[in-house]
Amino acid sequence: MNFNSFNQERIVLVATVLVVLFAAIALPGFLNISNVISIVRSISVLGILALGMAIVIIGRGIDLSMVAIMAMSVAWYLQLLHAGTDETAAMLLVLAAVIFIGAVNGFLVAYADVPPIFVTLATGLFVFGFIRSQVIPSDAVTVPAGHWLETVGALRFAGIPVDVFVFLALAFATFIFLRFTKWGRYVYYAGDNPAAARNIGIPVRPMLVLRYVLSALLSFIAGMLTAASLLSIQTRVINSNLLYDVILVTVIGGIGLSGGKGGVRNVLIGAALIGILLNVMTIANISLLYQNLIKSTILLAAIILDGWLNPRDEQTAQQGDI
Amino acid sequence: MNILKSAIGAIAIATATFAALPAAAQDPGPEAYKNALEGKRIVMVPMAMGFDLAQGWAGYLSIEIPNFGGVFETRDPNWSVEAGAQAIAEAITSDPKPDVLIVMAPDMNSYSKLMRRAQKAGIFVFLIDNPANFKADAFFGGDWTEMGRIEAKEAVRACGEGSSKQIGLVQGDQTNATSLFQYNGIVEEMAKHDGFEIVAEPFSNWDATTSRTVTTTMLQQHPDICAIIDFWDGDAVGAAAAIREAGLSGKVHLIANGGGEKSANCDAIKNGTYGAVVSTSVERESLRYAGNDEVSASKQRQAG
Repeated sequence: MNFNSFNQERIVLVATVLVVLFAAIALPGFLNISNVISIVRSISVLGILALGMAIVIIGRGIDLSMVAIMAMSVAWYLQLLHAGTDETAAMLLVLAAVIFIGAVNGFLVAYADVPPIFVTLATGLFVFGFIRSQVIPSDAVTVPAGHWLETVGALRFAGIPVDVFVFLALAFATFIFLRFTKWGRYVYYAGDNPAAARNIGIPVRPMLVLRYVLSALLSFIAGMLTAASLLSIQTRVINSNLLYDVILVTVIGGIGLSGGKGGVRNVLIGAALIGILLNVMTIANISLLYQNLIKSTILLAAIILDGWLNPRDEQTAQQGDI
Repeated sequence: MNILKSAIGAIAIATATFAALPAAAQDPGPEAYKNALEGKRIVMVPMAMGFDLAQGWAGYLSIEIPNFGGVFETRDPNWSVEAGAQAIAEAITSDPKPDVLIVMAPDMNSYSKLMRRAQKAGIFVFLIDNPANFKADAFFGGDWTEMGRIEAKEAVRACGEGSSKQIGLVQGDQTNATSLFQYNGIVEEMAKHDGFEIVAEPFSNWDATTSRTVTTTMLQQHPDICAIIDFWDGDAVGAAAAIREAGLSGKVHLIANGGGEKSANCDAIKNGTYGAVVSTSVERESLRYAGNDEVSASKQRQAG
């Protein structure tokens, strides 16, 4: 059996095409151009988060603090503006904090050897708890009237919301980083076999810190786009399924949880399938419980398939790997 | 002008009867309150702190209860059902036990067993805002079916006779009583109006981004929709964004439901984001509650 012709990416691509064909026939208005735009738009924020998650997972890690960083950094930023802080100062302060949290994640994983799943779970909870209890008074913070985020939220090019372009630009940048830069290629080596990567002189640890900083920055951008379109940021999003959806998109697209495999193309395919599926389920009036059931079944199938196609490498597997 | 009409809209008051407390219900005087509350410990477990309903309850209770010599504490499960269950379990086993447990149930069933345990341990259990499958000592909160009816009436009024008569819903979830009862009320009221139909009823899971996405899809599938009822103002900003982005502001009347978060809602009504907000009056509910008075919930169309 030739496994090259039977990889997960192709299976998902075929599944996506099948769903599209079914929807185009069964659901009038599905292929409507505005519906297609709204599908792409609905997965932009999810896709940006999935790009960050992909970078981390390819390097054999996972970042569970992304949604917390996304919501709380922007909530703090908006709260600073409400308190009258200067725009530039607020932005610099929050950016510094975002980079700091990413660096803490990376440092604890790289130098303290704590499994990433625990580190990022803890920092995510800490970020949420600290900002929510110390900084913001209620669980939603609005965008101040007349702020530039309002303009960004209303921005359209050829009728397409700006979120879509930001997502595509970031996807392209991530593609260039992973494919054509030295540090990007090293992500794969470090993810495939960290010990060997270290032995040949790759700075495995500083690069690990870099990956978590990148995912934190991508979370912040995703948060700003959310705030721009809703004109407020709701910290309740931490309790939503968003984080699972991000992992769903990443894993479904075919980025192996054991690291070293996959790329931006996988994120795009995964995001497309999930976006189309959610859209179809909404148009067909499928209830939320069934939507969750369908999504979880797909995730389970993807993880089983991932385990089968990308078995753990006994030689390089470590305690705490996912 | 829709906004103006909403502003003039009459105050609709629906009264629901609730069980009165056995103690001190006869004498409303301060002496009786003092006797009832002196040295008593009252613990509130809302779904989360930091949103209008919970802050409203906590705001009034934390003034009234200590004034009459009681102790008032809150726990913040922060929208987590598990954390809420833990807080209740911890309250039951704590020493001294609280005398009263005030619970805002996240859904119909999750806390039922725990609350029964609390009752068995001799704690009075009160439910606020959200009904549950549990015989509480008292329930304080809105009549959600009636809220649904009022929302449906407002939708029918806003659409008018000459309209498409198509109405869309953005429901919350399938387990929370407020969502289920509102839905029943809306369906019941709609049946009375000839030609009006609910063309789509997606769920937001109380999340603003989801509300935006499903509303965008709904408006594309049914461009003639004349009114949308979103089950909570916490996520209706998403539905509002979808309407704005579809260029249908002023054409689609958005009706949201809220717990009295006045500043944001009134701004939203004035600038046309919301058409109307049907609101429970948490001030009146909680003030009467603290006074151990017979409570009647009142709903009013709040127009800023």
